[in-house]
Amino acid sequence: MTTIAPPPTIDLARLEEPEPERDPTGAQLDAVNISAWFGTNKVLDRVSLSMPPGTVSALIGPSGCGKSTFLRILNRMHESVPSAKLAGEVQLNGQDIYAPGQRITETRKRIGMVFQKPNPFPAMSIAENVVAGLKLTGAKVSRSAKEALIEDCLQRGGLWAEVKDRLDRPGGALSGGQQQRLCIARSLAVSPDVLLMDEPCSALDPTSTRRIEETIAMLRDQVTIVIVTHNMQQAARVSQQCAFFLAEQGTPGVIVESGPTRDIFERPRDQRTSDYVNGRFG
Amino acid sequence: MTLLSPPPMPGTSGTGVNPSHPDGADDQPRTVGRLTQDDIASLVAAFVGSLALTWLVYFQLLPLSGKVGFLFCWYAAFLAVYGLVSSFGNPRPVVVDRLWGAAVAGAAGVVFFAVLSVAIYTLVKGEGAWIHGNFWTHDMAGVGPTETLTHGGITHAVAGSLIELAIATAVSLPLGIGTAIYMVEIGGRFSTVVRTVVEAMTALPDILAGLFIYTVLQLGLGFQRNGFCAAMALSIMMLPIIARSADVSLRVVAGGLREASLALGASRWATVWRVVLPTARSGLATAVILGLARAVGETAPVLITSGASTFFNTNPLKNPMNSLPLFIFSSVRSGEPTYITRGFGAASVLLVLVVVLFIAARLLSREKTKR
Repeated sequence: MTTIAPPPTIDLARLEEPEPERDPTGAQLDAVNISAWFGTNKVLDRVSLSMPPGTVSALIGPSGCGKSTFLRILNRMHESVPSAKLAGEVQLNGQDIYAPGQRITETRKRIGMVFQKPNPFPAMSIAENVVAGLKLTGAKVSRSAKEALIEDCLQRGGLWAEVKDRLDRPGGALSGGQQQRLCIARSLAVSPDVLLMDEPCSALDPTSTRRIEETIAMLRDQVTIVIVTHNMQQAARVSQQCAFFLAEQGTPGVIVESGPTRDIFERPRDQRTSDYVNGRFG
Repeated sequence: MTLLSPPPMPGTSGTGVNPSHPDGADDQPRTVGRLTQDDIASLVAAFVGSLALTWLVYFQLLPLSGKVGFLFCWYAAFLAVYGLVSSFGNPRPVVVDRLWGAAVAGAAGVVFFAVLSVAIYTLVKGEGAWIHGNFWTHDMAGVGPTETLTHGGITHAVAGSLIELAIATAVSLPLGIGTAIYMVEIGGRFSTVVRTVVEAMTALPDILAGLFIYTVLQLGLGFQRNGFCAAMALSIMMLPIIARSADVSLRVVAGGLREASLALGASRWATVWRVVLPTARSGLATAVILGLARAVGETAPVLITSGASTFFNTNPLKNPMNSLPLFIFSSVRSGEPTYITRGFGAASVLLVLVVVLFIAARLLSREKTKR
């Protein structure tokens, strides 16, 4: 009989902390039997996952297992690829976002996304970047409300203190980590119910990564967060629930195991999960 | 021997300052890649030697004459002598390197000299016209063929050029950028066809644009010869150039920005209008200026569609409207010396206008790289 020791790099003491009572304001997001294709190549096979408000859900797994595709299906970015197809339902508070009559722009506004590479709009200043979502969706907001929103979103993105004296400077002049927090603030400005993050720290240095993780922890009770990460320590640090994706040779990706992060890392039920979180492959 | 003084050795106190010491003076950057005496000497030797040799052979021994022939022979002799001199004590790669360097520098010099001489020749020949104030403030109405250069001017041509360009830009700017948006943002199989057509149109002979407007608007729809028709012909010339360069500058806008915009809930139109176009702004400005620079010098289309006039006309819909290239064409063709001088004067103005446009394009694209 073998017992698998948890890797020493994961801070177990932090995982054991009891969850404080919170009153989350995010939305319930449920993926039901999601399958996805690129052309004739099936990349996801009937994946279901429930992402409750007030939690950070981490999607982990080796490269090419369909995590990012799954994430992009959650806010209808998947269909911007011409050959992409999908099956199944994504329910936002019980309502299928792919149902006929659901407006794609409205869905994307409610389910925001932060990308792997920081992508502030280069033709806009820092302040304009934050409220770009309002301008882009044609929302009319008074000047004073806009200024309050800029400060609020930058505060929540953890960037206010660093940029409050240079809000009219171009967003591209910030460092990589600051740009990524600016992108988070930009996503928050349209007050989404869900925030999807596609490896938001993979292009950043450790200090910036820590700042982003602090931001995620702070935002958790405001929006439902789904994060794709290659970094298992990060998944253990920021998430409350975890889903392990795997695409075994030549087969589409599936969720091998999902559940509370602590269980995935300490008591994985599946041998493949255990091997992955202990760094035996992937 | 060298211009650099040797650095003071440690321990010697010649200057009292040790450059390697923390409290000493700042250290000086070394000059690297300096030409050696051999480099300079062989260049000068080949230059002078080939000049003397060519002069001797060309003018004294052979019954030849002519400056162009002499320069050509001198250059050939220079390359030969330079190669020969270099081969003494230098390995083959150095000889090849020097010869290629001389050949390339010579080619660049020829182009530079050609451009400069065209510009200077035009400015000098036109000086008799543009030196007079009336050249800038009068038109040619009522100026007889034998009147001196103190009478008449080109305001009608300048005004006509500006009005025609303004109309042509107003037509081709939205169409050109719209075409580029179609090719980049909508794409699909048909956009490849559009791109091919646009590329083919950039090579369209300008006279065809004039003939097309002449047959369609004037013969077909009964328009008179006027500035509007000329502007339409010019916009046919500008459209592919604007579409082509706008296409390139839209394509380099990072796809991540479009995704970011869509993920915020923006429509595709809002994404193009508020994210893609502002990001490509300087590239688009350059596209328009390149189109303008092309149209400003077109002669054949305006000759067919508008025709020259001598009087000041700001109404593009009525009566012929002159423009700078057309004025140059008709003046130089007239054979009257004062007219030819006026033609060169107008050419000088046109030349300066084109230079100004290209400098503006350069400045705009430089602003882009600075960001």
